[in-house]
Amino acid sequence: MDLTILGSAAINGLLIGGIYTLVASGLTLIYGVLHIINFAHGSLLMLAMFGVYYLLMKLGIDPYMSLLIMVPVMYLLGYLLYKLLIGRLSQGKDENILLITLGLSILIENLALMFFKGDTRTISVSYSDTMVELGPTLVSLPKIISFGAAMALCAVLGLFIQRTDTGRAIRAVAKERVGARLVGIDVERIFAISFGIGLATLGAAACLLMPIFYVSPTTGHVFVMVAFTVVVLGGMGSFLGAVIGGLIVGLTESFGGLFLGESLGQIGISLIFILILLFRPSGLFGAKR
Amino acid sequence: MNNDARAIGWPLHLALLAIAVAFPFVFPSPFLVNFGVLALFYAFIGQSWNIAGGFAGQLSFGHVVFFGAGAYASTILQLRFGMNPWLGLPASALAGAVVGGIIGFLSFRAGLKGSYFALITLAFAEVLRILVNSVGFTGGGLGLLIPAKMSAANFQFPERIGFYFLILALTVVSIAVAVWLKRSRFGAQLAAIRENEDAAMALGINVFQEKVKVMVLSGAMCGVGGCFFAQYFLYIDPTIVFGVDKSVEMLLVSMIGGAGTIYGPLIGAVLLAGISDITRLITNVQGLSLVLYGTLLVIIIAFLPNGLIDLFKRIGKRFHQGGA
Repeated sequence: MDLTILGSAAINGLLIGGIYTLVASGLTLIYGVLHIINFAHGSLLMLAMFGVYYLLMKLGIDPYMSLLIMVPVMYLLGYLLYKLLIGRLSQGKDENILLITLGLSILIENLALMFFKGDTRTISVSYSDTMVELGPTLVSLPKIISFGAAMALCAVLGLFIQRTDTGRAIRAVAKERVGARLVGIDVERIFAISFGIGLATLGAAACLLMPIFYVSPTTGHVFVMVAFTVVVLGGMGSFLGAVIGGLIVGLTESFGGLFLGESLGQIGISLIFILILLFRPSGLFGAKR
Repeated sequence: MNNDARAIGWPLHLALLAIAVAFPFVFPSPFLVNFGVLALFYAFIGQSWNIAGGFAGQLSFGHVVFFGAGAYASTILQLRFGMNPWLGLPASALAGAVVGGIIGFLSFRAGLKGSYFALITLAFAEVLRILVNSVGFTGGGLGLLIPAKMSAANFQFPERIGFYFLILALTVVSIAVAVWLKRSRFGAQLAAIRENEDAAMALGINVFQEKVKVMVLSGAMCGVGGCFFAQYFLYIDPTIVFGVDKSVEMLLVSMIGGAGTIYGPLIGAVLLAGISDITRLITNVQGLSLVLYGTLLVIIIAFLPNGLIDLFKRIGKRFHQGGA
C-alpha cells in the first residue's frame, strides 16, 4: 500500500484521537473520583454539540468562541446533576448508578429527538474548507485546531489536578474518601466538582467536534463506546492512560476504515474493548489487579 | 423468596391466563390485537433478560446479541437453505444458547461482573451488528426480507390472532421458567450468586458454571424472541435486531416491572406497549414515549428498586391487613 495513504490515515487517526482523549478524560475523572460509570456521557456530549450548533445558528457565535460559554455551562449542569440527582442516588450498588445514568441517557436522547428532530446536522464556518499541508497529506484546518486545543485542554486539566488545592483535594478523595473527610475535605462538594469537570470536558469537546463532525440525537452512541474503550484501554481512572488510549483508538478507527472498509472498519473499537476487558482488565498502563 | 412464590399461586396464574386468552375475543380490532402481540412479545424478551439480569443479577446492556443471533439464524436457514420457518424456533433457541454460552464463558472466566459485564455485552452486540452489517451472506445493511406467503404452515398466520396465541404460548413458557427458578435448586443458587458471589462460592456453589448456564438459558429464550420478531414483521436488519434500542427495551420492561420477579416483565411490557401506543395516538412527536420511560426508570431505581410489582404487593398487603 502507498505510504502516503498510510501516513494520511495515521495523521487523521491521531487528530481525531486527540478529541477522543478529551471526551474520555472526563469519563475517567468521574470514574476515578466517584467510582461510578457515567453511561450518559455520550448523550451529554450530544446535548453540548446541539448547544454549539444553536449558538452558531441563532447567535452567530463561532464554535471555538463557544468554548467560553459551553465549558462553564456544562460544568454547572454537571455540578447540579450531581447535587440534585446522582449524588442522592449513588449509594448502594454500582449497577444502580449505571442504570440511573442509562435512564438519563434515554431521557436526554429522546428529549433531543422531540425538540431537535432526528435530522443529522453539520455546520460550516469560513475556515471549514481551508486545507493545510501536513507531512504527506492535506488536512483540514479545523481538525488541526481541534486537536491542538484538545491536547492543550488535557494539559490544563492535568495541571489543575496536579497543582491546585482543589486538584489535590480531588486526588485525595479519589485515593481515600474516609481519610480525605478526616482531614477536613468536603467530600460531597469534591464529588460534585469532579462531576462538573467531567461534563465541562464534554462542553469543550463539543466545541472542538462541531466544526469537523455532525450531530443528531443518536450521536452519543458513537462516542459512548469510543470513550469507554479509551478509558479501559488506558486503565480506569488513569489520566495519562486516557491520552495514549485516545490516540490508539483514533488510529485503530482510521486504519480500520482504511483496511476493512467503511462498515467493517468500525469493528476495531469494540474488539479492543472486549479484548482488554477479557485479558487485561486493568488496562495497558494500570497495575495488574 | 419462597413466600413470594407461594403468594403468587395458581389462582393468579390461571386468572391472568384467562384474561389473556379472552383478550383478543373481547377486543378483536386489529389495533388492539397488535397491541396484545407487542405487549406479550416484550413480556417474553423482557423475561429472557430477567432470567439473567433479575434472577441471577447479571445485568446486561447487550441482550440484543442473542435476539439478533436468533433472528438471523432462523431467517437465514429459511431463506438460504429452504428450511420450514417453524424449525426456526428451535434453531433460534440453539443460536441464542450458543452465543449466550460463549459470551458467558469468556466474560465470567475473566471475572467480569456488575457494570463491566453490562458494558462487555454491549460491545459483543456491537461486534455482531457490525459483522452482520458488513457481510453479503446476511444481506448486509439492507437486511433480509422474508417473502409473504400467508399460511399457518409457513409461520405466517392470515389472521393476527394466530401470532397472538403463539406469543402467548411462548410467554406462558417463559413465566413457567421463572416460576421454576423461584422454586428450584438452580434458582436458589442463582439468587445466592446475585446477593453475594463470594458467600455463594463459600457455600460450595460452582458460581462460574451456574452463571454460564443461566446465560445459555436466557440466550436461548431471547433467540426465540428474535425468530418470532422476524416472522411477525417479515423483515430484519442489523440496526433493528442488533441495535441498542432492543437491549434497552428488554432491560426497561424488566427493571420497571420488577427485576427478579415472576410477573415484573409482564407488567413492564404492558406499560411499555401501552405508553407507546397511547402517545402515538395523541401526538406524533417522536421520542415522547421513551422520555416517559427513561424518567420512569430513574424514578423506579430511586424510589422503588424492586419495580412496580412492589407497589401492587404493598397495596395487596394493606388490603389484607385492612380486611383482617
